Amino acid sequence: MIDTAGPKAPATTGLLQRPDRRTLVRATVITVLLLLALFALPPLMTGYYVDTMTQVAIYSIVTLGLGLLVGRVGLYSLGQLAVLVIGAWVGARLLFGTGQPYILVLIEAGLVTMIIGSLITLPALRLRGLYLALITLMLAGAVTVVLATLNFPNGGSGFSGYNGSFLHIPQIRRPSFAGTDPAYYRFSVVVAIVMFLLVFVHLRARPGRVWATIRQSEPAALAAGINTTVYKLWAMALASFVTGVAGALLAGADRELFSIDFPIQNSIELLAVVLMGGAFALSGAVVAAFLLAFLPALLYQLWSVPNDWLIILFGVGVMQVLATAPGGIADQFPKDMKRLYRYLRGRLRGPAPGAPGAHAAQAKEGETA
Amino acid sequence: MIEVTDLTVRYGGVTSLDGMSVTFEAGTCGLIGPNGAGKTTFFNVLSGFVRPASGSVRAFGDDLLRMAHYRRARWGVRRTFQTEQAIEGLTVYDNVAMVHSALRGTARRADVFAAIEFVGGGLTPDARVGSLGAGQRRLVEVARALTGKPRLILLDEPAAGLPDEETAHLTSVIKSIPAQTGALVILVDHDMSLVSAVCETTAVLDFGKLIASGPTAAVLRDENVMRAYLGTAEVAL
Repeated sequence: MIDTAGPKAPATTGLLQRPDRRTLVRATVITVLLLLALFALPPLMTGYYVDTMTQVAIYSIVTLGLGLLVGRVGLYSLGQLAVLVIGAWVGARLLFGTGQPYILVLIEAGLVTMIIGSLITLPALRLRGLYLALITLMLAGAVTVVLATLNFPNGGSGFSGYNGSFLHIPQIRRPSFAGTDPAYYRFSVVVAIVMFLLVFVHLRARPGRVWATIRQSEPAALAAGINTTVYKLWAMALASFVTGVAGALLAGADRELFSIDFPIQNSIELLAVVLMGGAFALSGAVVAAFLLAFLPALLYQLWSVPNDWLIILFGVGVMQVLATAPGGIADQFPKDMKRLYRYLRGRLRGPAPGAPGAHAAQAKEGETA
Repeated sequence: MIEVTDLTVRYGGVTSLDGMSVTFEAGTCGLIGPNGAGKTTFFNVLSGFVRPASGSVRAFGDDLLRMAHYRRARWGVRRTFQTEQAIEGLTVYDNVAMVHSALRGTARRADVFAAIEFVGGGLTPDARVGSLGAGQRRLVEVARALTGKPRLILLDEPAAGLPDEETAHLTSVIKSIPAQTGALVILVDHDMSLVSAVCETTAVLDFGKLIASGPTAAVLRDENVMRAYLGTAEVAL
């Protein structure tokens, strides 16, 4: 097809796209919110909420990874919690066993989970939907079983690094610049931002477009010469990497890790909040993290609602999403707000354009024009 | 030239292609037959979605069946689908640029733009495919098939469900594909006026077997074809 190709304007796609007004407004809003989260929020929060928000930042990376798989590629994985656990384990082991800089440990934990996550899911990549979900849930189960025997490292010696004596148990170290809780919260937010940017860059480049193609039509992707297995594995590797980083981050946040804190049903809860938050938008990952980590903490503090009850709420939430808002809260909330704004404006100023009853007025205007 | 020898495809107990042997020489070739005759199965074999029980396909001297499915597109096989598969969330440009191409950078972009311009129909590279009508989506698929030096283009009922004026536009586009790209085009369609307007030669499948092939006009007047496919001895073109 290059016969007719004359000199043409360069394609306005991908990262080189000149931002339009909407993108600029969105970028500004996100920057302001992040600055608030980084600098304004910590002094205003009690220790309880600093811890909670740290968990939100960390789990937003986990929901980011799962949202990537579910929303962008159409891979329903229930094994991401296992990946998080592996990341936390590797992170804790390296932090106890070596004196490496914290950032390096984060990356190493991410790389280890990337390799393990990709290798384990490689045979499962031919499966989709329910079958992939089942296989990955079994993986999560297997990791839980191994973890129950191995335990999280707590300063002991040997491969497992587990000290079973319950005496002289040191805490997992934190980076020197983020020793206090508010500082570690800020550190977690910054790491989360970096992970979001990493995924964002992928989504805006060829992998993102290929994933969109695979999600809608795998035959179309194959017919276009795309090696779909490689791209699915790529998505799995990226999701596993960010989740592994989140795991290592969690090790430093909790300072003591217990296998009992990662029951297998959390895998299902994770998928539920990702669907509720919105798997098709990056902001959905943040909403999902708030549902997963902030909501239980808030309800517990306000009315002592046990965490286990949340699963009922999430069940209702997922039903609601599947029935009326497939894009999740991240997609539905702005739409509802727009509707509310239109309604209120209509109430205050008479019928708005596009609202019922406005057509006649518009038609009249058209005639006079 | 595509040489198909003794191609057999079975789905469980159903034989979809039954020892099909046919040669597609050059230009635009038609492939017609009643529903269930095995036309789409044949396309699926060529694009690697279905593995045949036996037989061989040689495309310009290369053994097509030995290539992995995604490699066939890299070799130069392109196809459109019976139910159009333009990707909604992407722009027209991104849909077309999706195809594997040996070209890089400016040459590749120019190739994509040229394909979009060639299919016409008011397509703009920046438009979201989700906002396009059925006819334009079909054109996006056709543009995708023209990108990155295609050698064999398989069009699976491209005119299905299109209004007359869009079919007319599509007809003129399909007609000029071989001259534009140098590729061999195989067209499956039920629209006989499209097939006779576009295809120099036509092959006819019935129950997985080839029952006729040759110059389109002659094939469409073949008594066996009329009986098997059209159910009547009279064809109104």
